[in-house]
Amino acid sequence: MSLLILRTASRYLFPLLLLFSVFLLWRGHHEPGGGFVGGLVAATAFVLIALAEGAPSARERLRLAPERLAVCGVAVATLSGAVGWFLGEPFLTGIWWAASPGESPVVGTPLLFDLGVYLSVIGVVLAFLLTLIEETK
Amino acid sequence: MNASVVVAPILVPLVAALFGALGPRRPGYQRTVGLLGAFGLFVAAMGLLASVFVEGVIAVQIGDWPAPFGITLAADRLSAAMVAATGLVAFTVVLYSTAEIPDDVVTAGFYPFVHVLLLGVCGAFVAGDLFNLYVWFEVMLLASFVLLALGSGRAALTSSITYVALNLLASAFFLIGVGFLYGQVGTLNFADLSLKLGDPAALDAARPAALLLLIAFGIKAGVFPVFFWLPAAYPNASFAVSALFAGLLTKVGVYALLRVFTLVFPLEALGLAPGLLAVAAATMASGVLAAASQAHVRRILSFHIVSQIGYMVLALALVTTLGLASAVFYIVHHIVTKTNLFLVGGLIARAGGSEQLDQIGGLSQRRLGLTMLFAIPALSLAGVPPFSGFFAKFFLIRSALEADAIVAVTFAVVVGLLTIYSMAKIWIEAFWKPAPAETHLDEPLPRAALVACAMLAVVTITLGVGAEALWSFALATAEQLADPQEYLNAVLGDPT
Repeated sequence: MSLLILRTASRYLFPLLLLFSVFLLWRGHHEPGGGFVGGLVAATAFVLIALAEGAPSARERLRLAPERLAVCGVAVATLSGAVGWFLGEPFLTGIWWAASPGESPVVGTPLLFDLGVYLSVIGVVLAFLLTLIEETK
Repeated sequence: MNASVVVAPILVPLVAALFGALGPRRPGYQRTVGLLGAFGLFVAAMGLLASVFVEGVIAVQIGDWPAPFGITLAADRLSAAMVAATGLVAFTVVLYSTAEIPDDVVTAGFYPFVHVLLLGVCGAFVAGDLFNLYVWFEVMLLASFVLLALGSGRAALTSSITYVALNLLASAFFLIGVGFLYGQVGTLNFADLSLKLGDPAALDAARPAALLLLIAFGIKAGVFPVFFWLPAAYPNASFAVSALFAGLLTKVGVYALLRVFTLVFPLEALGLAPGLLAVAAATMASGVLAAASQAHVRRILSFHIVSQIGYMVLALALVTTLGLASAVFYIVHHIVTKTNLFLVGGLIARAGGSEQLDQIGGLSQRRLGLTMLFAIPALSLAGVPPFSGFFAKFFLIRSALEADAIVAVTFAVVVGLLTIYSMAKIWIEAFWKPAPAETHLDEPLPRAALVACAMLAVVTITLGVGAEALWSFALATAEQLADPQEYLNAVLGDPT
């Protein structure tokens, strides 16, 4: 019964935290933020659910096993490095695309790399924390 | 195009690890991906060796950020030779492991972690700056912790605690040394450091950092008196894992010594050479004496790694071009031979039923093929011609004689004789003496494992017969190390 407030709050906080984490990820390009801190915030959202409703509920919302999510993140980051490589630049060279020719570029492979970091951080942090939460039960 | 050959030995294991980790957990799939990845690494490593052989030092600025600000990967002859040896070890050990590692360990992620280990090893060999060298060391260590723990019992976990603790200590020394150096010189790029520490005052100020790095690499390489993590950890892992570790892990430490104490901190200018010579002699002697007192196949072999590391450090501490060349020769010989001996050790345990020498025997009558497979690397390690070990010791002793290091020569000869004693002990106990009990272990040995051992044996013979070619390669490598101008030009751009 004491969990009622936490449970209700977590239901509203969960989407907000996820949204905030994506905002941090996006903002990281020019201002403080980025994949690492974004990933931590997103992981907090799932940990909040795990504390309020139990680890199985958090795993269910995550869909993918956290370990696998972390590996996916590394794969995405590797892919972002390979883009420049396929275009004849050294590995991990940032490639940028402008919305229209002549304008300053808006989107590039560094965002993809950051997305990889974001996924890896969520995966690794949740792999640790969910296991710990399950073991204390 | 040049860039790709340096990046490929890092990318191949990374991609193989990703495919293994993301793909289905079926043992068949995992083994196929593991083997394909290892073969890919072998091909990539040979490509790098050929390119460096033809074109000289190749450097890549990752992400196109210029050195010394960005991350540099650079491969000279030393790096290329080490990566090539890694490729060979990777392929043969993974081939062997397909016959040894049980399904439940394979599905628990054995091969992805093997590839992460290889990723760290190859990364360390081509790293162009001190901090990245540190990061690759950590990648390699993390994977090795997992491989030690995967599928092993309580005893193995206990012994791996020594390994973990000492290696973390070494990492701490390494990182503090890196921090000191960065604080004083303001750069960590090897080439840039080499230029900035050319100033004697700067070099003198960086002395504490040099000592911390020396301790860190010393622990990782397993020199006296900080080698005891090695024989504690290696004999408890699976044979494939211990062969992988025996072939590669300590050699990354030796590589780091060779790289940093020629390019960044010239040993002679620091006045560290006599001290290192003493450490090397103590390492050789303590390793071989400890090995002589053991009666367990892999314990003997593990202590021999320590003694052999002593030879390599001795060659470095001679601070002559000939000495460096014999260090390079020794490392290549050692990686091939030692990996092979650990793998054959696994077959001995399988055919004889135990690794304890007093519980097995009679293998020479029942297992002719195995006898041959043991004899080649064992004779090579003992330093019998025409195998690679004879030439490795011969060149080393000749370099020491030319450097007038008579004590070093004495140590090398005496330790060499004791090495023969240990190899003869395994030979007599496991192969010659009659089997102590009626052990009818007559099922055929797995073919993949035999092929892997035979491949390494062929390489050992080739290195022995073609010793002259390898020696001229080693000499050219040593000249590159002794005169870093080509390396500096490749990394920082030609000033002319």
